[in-house]
Amino acid sequence: MTRIRLFDHLVLLLGVFIMVAPVVVAFMTSTHEAADIHRNGLSLTWGGHFTETYDKVLTRKGGFTGEITGARMIWNSLILGVGFAAGKIILSMLAAYAIVYFRFRLGTLFFWMIFTTLLLPLEVRIVPSYEVMNKLALTNTYTGLIVPLLASATGTFFFRQFFKSVPEELLEAARIDGAGPVKFFIDVLVPLSRTMIAAIFIIMFVYGWNQYLWPTLMTTDERFFTLVRGIKQILLVWVGSNIPDYNEAFALAILAMLPPVMIVLIFQRWFIKGLTESDK
Amino acid sequence: MASIDIRDVSKIYNGGVTAVSDVNIDIVDGEFIVLVGPSGCGKSTLLRMVAGLETISRGEVTIGGRTVNDIDPADRDIAMVFQNYALYPHMTVYENLAYGLKNRRTPKAEIDARVAEAARMLELQPYLERKPRALSGGQRQRVAMGRAIVRKPSAFLFDEPLSNLDAKLRVSMRGEIKRLQRRVGTTSLYVTHDQLEAMTLADRLVVLSGGRIEQIGRPLDVYHRPATTFVASFIGSPAMNLVSGELHGSKLALGPALIDLGTNVPTQGAVTVGLRAEDLRLHADAEGSLPFRIDYVEELGSQRLVHGMVGDQAMVAALSSEIPLPETTSLSIAPSRLHFFDTASGQRIDWSGEAVGQVTVTAAPEAVA
Repeated sequence: MTRIRLFDHLVLLLGVFIMVAPVVVAFMTSTHEAADIHRNGLSLTWGGHFTETYDKVLTRKGGFTGEITGARMIWNSLILGVGFAAGKIILSMLAAYAIVYFRFRLGTLFFWMIFTTLLLPLEVRIVPSYEVMNKLALTNTYTGLIVPLLASATGTFFFRQFFKSVPEELLEAARIDGAGPVKFFIDVLVPLSRTMIAAIFIIMFVYGWNQYLWPTLMTTDERFFTLVRGIKQILLVWVGSNIPDYNEAFALAILAMLPPVMIVLIFQRWFIKGLTESDK
Repeated sequence: MASIDIRDVSKIYNGGVTAVSDVNIDIVDGEFIVLVGPSGCGKSTLLRMVAGLETISRGEVTIGGRTVNDIDPADRDIAMVFQNYALYPHMTVYENLAYGLKNRRTPKAEIDARVAEAARMLELQPYLERKPRALSGGQRQRVAMGRAIVRKPSAFLFDEPLSNLDAKLRVSMRGEIKRLQRRVGTTSLYVTHDQLEAMTLADRLVVLSGGRIEQIGRPLDVYHRPATTFVASFIGSPAMNLVSGELHGSKLALGPALIDLGTNVPTQGAVTVGLRAEDLRLHADAEGSLPFRIDYVEELGSQRLVHGMVGDQAMVAALSSEIPLPETTSLSIAPSRLHFFDTASGQRIDWSGEAVGQVTVTAAPEAVA
């Protein structure tokens, strides 16, 4: 029994090591000076330059225009992540509500049309999407960053399946209780979907936060740069001397990781509930 | 409180399936009507048409003198109790009770008063702040009933409200529903497939089969004078024995036995004969009327159900547990307790010998083989 326990723990420890070690290495390395990193490579020891590196990354204006700071990039990423997740949830809930609860002509056809867009990720339609946004003069705006990403089937599909599992009697009881379609949606369906919303919010926030290709294409104005994009930029632009600012790149990478981790930690309980238990 | 009139109501689904056809029921103010029938007989569809959850294909439903065919369920002034309770899982008991009133813009003070009253009636006060998932099945059912009561509607509609409860709870909730309906005096329409529930609750029973009304009547009338073989076999437990017999003058040939009815039945020849299990008596002497070959016995404690054969027809008799049973015996029945039905149509044949005093049965084992 104990032997098996020990073995279990070894496996778990190995898993933890594989997952955490790169993060630790990145964090430790980020506390060294750029020159040290250039000379010695990655480091596992504390470099002692934590405050100055992170302070510099967050507040020093950089880039060609000298207007962008790390904090600004974090802010942009947050807007993209939250806007994307919230917009997607609202859109897909409304779409799923229409598909499940209203019998309109060609309803099933519409659902399958939405569903097949699963086969067309952003990357496939990226050129036409860019063209449309460009013509609408939405490049270098938050709207342009967020809106084209919203339309996709995953959320609609999730909510459709969930709404279908809500017992029909609830709708009937609500109808007899005098709740119209809007009231039923807001008073009954939305609260029932709380855990689903939380789960989808996490997934979508992380997805939006990690967007790289689309922001790269959409934003040429540095004030709209997102963090993920900034990390790439740092090695190209923020070259103070001949040595790239490795420490700052690592610091940004660590910073870029924090918000999604925090979101997951905060919503974890709901997230697991939403995916495993149907709370009815 | 109001009367409900159901006039020539039919439900025809897309594709031409008729679920309910030409149903007429007059429900008097304050009456407790039970719609009973096997699954698929259209009883729930009928109820849902009254509620407004299904459209009425043909005919007319009036509640309190107002035709409601085209009126929204919310405006029909009815309340419904569902089989799976249909409580809002994210709301507390209080919110569940108050939701319908809130949507009708009832003043807060009145909502509080009505919820408090309903909670007192249903003994729900300790649970008002709980969510439905923290309640037992019986408590949930009471909340569902409370949700109907607080609205003070002109009619309650019950859609198999007790089917999800265990047997013991079902009996006590049955009593509670009856008591409650007596107390508030609201016209009620109640759907069930359980004939026992129907018998115990109803002021009048409506027996449905295949979307049509088989019989409407007070429970005991329906029990003692079933209008068709369907009603005879559906109401009562165990089901009425229906066997084929032949009438010759005032004599009934039933399997190997010949029973003297003492009077003529207004039909002759082949009939379907109905015998209630509890009307059958064990005939001690071997000269008895219906030779009965016992197949197996179900012990119920207070009585035993004896399954066996009379001639080549199956028969169940409800007998006292105290009398020892031989392998073969004979049964007797008072002729007044016999029911006759037309073999082809299944319709009841009334005859003058019914429900008079007990008549001795003449044994005639040699009559028919």
